[in-house]
Amino acid sequence: MTDALLAITVLWGFVFIYAVMATMDFGAGFWSMLYFNRTQTKATNIANRYLSPTWEVTNTFIVALVVAVYSLFPSAAYTLGTVLLIPGSMILLLLALRSAFLVFSNIASEYRKPLTYISGITGILIPGLLISVLPITHGNYIDFSDGRQTLDLIKLFTSANEYAFIGFAISSTLFLSSLLLADYSKTAEEYEAYAVYRRDAIILGPISLGMAVLIMFTIRTEAPWLYEKMMDNLAFLIASVVFFVIGGLGLFLPSVTGGPKGMPRLTVIAITIQYLLASLVYGQAHLPYIVYPEVTIQNAFTDPNSFRAIFATYIAGFAILFPGFFYFWTLFMNDKRYLQQKPPEETKS
Amino acid sequence: MDDLLIARSLFGTTMGFHIIFATIGVGLPFMMLTAELMYQKTKDQEYVVMAKRWTKAFAVLLGVGIPTGTIAGVQLSLLWPGFMEVIGVVMALPFQIEIYAFFIEALFMSIYVYAAERIPPWARITSLVLVAIGALASAVLITNVHAWEGTPTGFRIENGIITDVDPWAAFFNPSFIVTAGHVALSAYTTGAFVIASVSAYKLWRTEFNTRIYHFHKKALTLSLIVGGVFSLLTAINGHESAQYLHEYQPEKLAAAEGLFETQSHAPLVIGGFTDRETEEVKYAIHIPWALSFLAGNSFDTVVKGLKEWPEEEWPPLFVHTLFNGMVGIGSLLILLPLLALLWIKFLKKDKYPRWILSTFIASGPLAVLAIEFGWIFACTGRQPWTIYRVLSTADSATTATNLGILFLAFVSVYIILGVSVVFVLLYYFRKNTVADDLHRAEQKGVPLYGSNT
Repeated sequence: MTDALLAITVLWGFVFIYAVMATMDFGAGFWSMLYFNRTQTKATNIANRYLSPTWEVTNTFIVALVVAVYSLFPSAAYTLGTVLLIPGSMILLLLALRSAFLVFSNIASEYRKPLTYISGITGILIPGLLISVLPITHGNYIDFSDGRQTLDLIKLFTSANEYAFIGFAISSTLFLSSLLLADYSKTAEEYEAYAVYRRDAIILGPISLGMAVLIMFTIRTEAPWLYEKMMDNLAFLIASVVFFVIGGLGLFLPSVTGGPKGMPRLTVIAITIQYLLASLVYGQAHLPYIVYPEVTIQNAFTDPNSFRAIFATYIAGFAILFPGFFYFWTLFMNDKRYLQQKPPEETKS
Repeated sequence: MDDLLIARSLFGTTMGFHIIFATIGVGLPFMMLTAELMYQKTKDQEYVVMAKRWTKAFAVLLGVGIPTGTIAGVQLSLLWPGFMEVIGVVMALPFQIEIYAFFIEALFMSIYVYAAERIPPWARITSLVLVAIGALASAVLITNVHAWEGTPTGFRIENGIITDVDPWAAFFNPSFIVTAGHVALSAYTTGAFVIASVSAYKLWRTEFNTRIYHFHKKALTLSLIVGGVFSLLTAINGHESAQYLHEYQPEKLAAAEGLFETQSHAPLVIGGFTDRETEEVKYAIHIPWALSFLAGNSFDTVVKGLKEWPEEEWPPLFVHTLFNGMVGIGSLLILLPLLALLWIKFLKKDKYPRWILSTFIASGPLAVLAIEFGWIFACTGRQPWTIYRVLSTADSATTATNLGILFLAFVSVYIILGVSVVFVLLYYFRKNTVADDLHRAEQKGVPLYGSNT
């Protein structure tokens, strides 16, 4: 494996991890808003219990991702920075409002409802804009003439492909987060919330799969080079759909651990593998281009000395952070005392 | 305004807004840690209540600090792609390591706040230490990039191509330790004086000799001690920073002092405004020979004046005023704790008069103002370069035009965030009074950290 290939694999890994964490994060914010008035099901409570400790960690990943792009592929960062000025700024503005109002909603309890609405709505728009980076890298909307790079926003926002991606991002956000929260609420033995999130996942699963098909359909005309290379890996795409079916079964089979129907943990794992396989196929087909057709992983790669230094810090950083992540997981994902705690209203002194 | 000026204004506004939250975000965890350690030592519940209340304030401030930090980090690439392309090749390490520091802070902040009642005291202290280390390391590492922009090392440029990259040599560039030290020490100073401000304001409003009065007085004493120590250390380090300017960026020092002619026995110029036409600093106090001595420890030291360089390479001359503002406030912040010491220990008074309290109340906002002055001085003083004598600001900027709309959009969001964060803080502390928290702390089994009313 060449250094550039290694670097793009690391970057792809960051993108995937952030994508999964961000969908859960933004999705949880949306559900927290949607079920705000249905206090008896505890659905909002479950969403908040997941969201409160995790949003900061999730937010760190987006910074990690941006830093990884400019450390590993500086000239790709130049092109991306230039063309993403407008969409990137929109994401930043929404993200700022969303994060701030999420925190405020937990502190100013009397104003929780409007604050939750602001963070919920801004949050659900962000994945749609974030994913737009992908169709932009397909190159159709970038004008590379006379040594400058400019994004044709009108062309972007009148393209069917862009909307297929946006639809996919939003439906996947809601799908993955409802699944995770179904699992979370079942572990917490909040069965009413579980029923709500299980139902949401069953509705949203097929919709997001449909959106994925729509992406393929529109890529075929807008970026044939990508479509053909993705179809070379048809076996992986089929395997991805198989995992979708396994995940679906997980929601209908009787539970082995007791409680109501379904094995949401199995579904979460199967659906993660589904997305992993599909994004592998997409990522591999995208190579060697970072931004088609001008920027490739070879011509954008950083200085070899810098790469070695950066890679060493990845290994050291991972070794240092792993125990921290593990401790975090045991305290917030796996500790029944946290999962089953009474909502703050009931512990009021 | 041309697009370059808008790009600079936009990024400057982002940094100017973010730096308030970032600085307090480094300073507050240290105060929280001090209070927690005081509690472990004295078993006095009031220190736990302080730690809790400062933690809540810290959490709210993070709600703005984190997203504005994210904006700053991403806006670097969006507005300064030419600059970030060079940074990516040579100086990516600090950004990369900063991410790990950021992760440590985020993970253990959540653990400290949301698991406080489920983990043993040693784990709580450890979490808080890691939060403080993470916050400090982030500041130090990001400042390192700024330091490198002033003293770029670790690469050569041949025919416009960067070669011979040594990322660790870039990382340990000459001004790293001094510059990062200045930011770290001044952040601790600011964190302490922000607390001092609030405590003094509460003392002003609270009836003398009540329990609440003693609580705030205890907090004021703690913050004045921390603030006094760190303001002194900041000043010592600041002197060293100025000597580094003399050696590495002499035109910045010349602009800071309004010095036009190269000379030995150069005077230190305090106050006034630099006048480009008459080439002098108007309405200023001149202390003969002092600048030469400060720059090089001897009166014979030759300090370069602005006329050594062509005028288009001069930093803007208003930096003299910013520099004076920063140094002036810094000096005042050394005196305030000494005044408190004099009043309480030597004059044996147990109540601060209003005039002393009002200076304490002013100290927090002044400290933040000094941070703003310092950063604007440091960054505009480097102009017209982003990387000193390597890359100009004009060559760093985005080629995109029509940035005005973006500028307006970001400024509006900063106004919304700024207003709402003040509102939320006031709301929270009005609803959860010191008396409420003291009451919670005294009862067994009532969660203190998880409490929101």
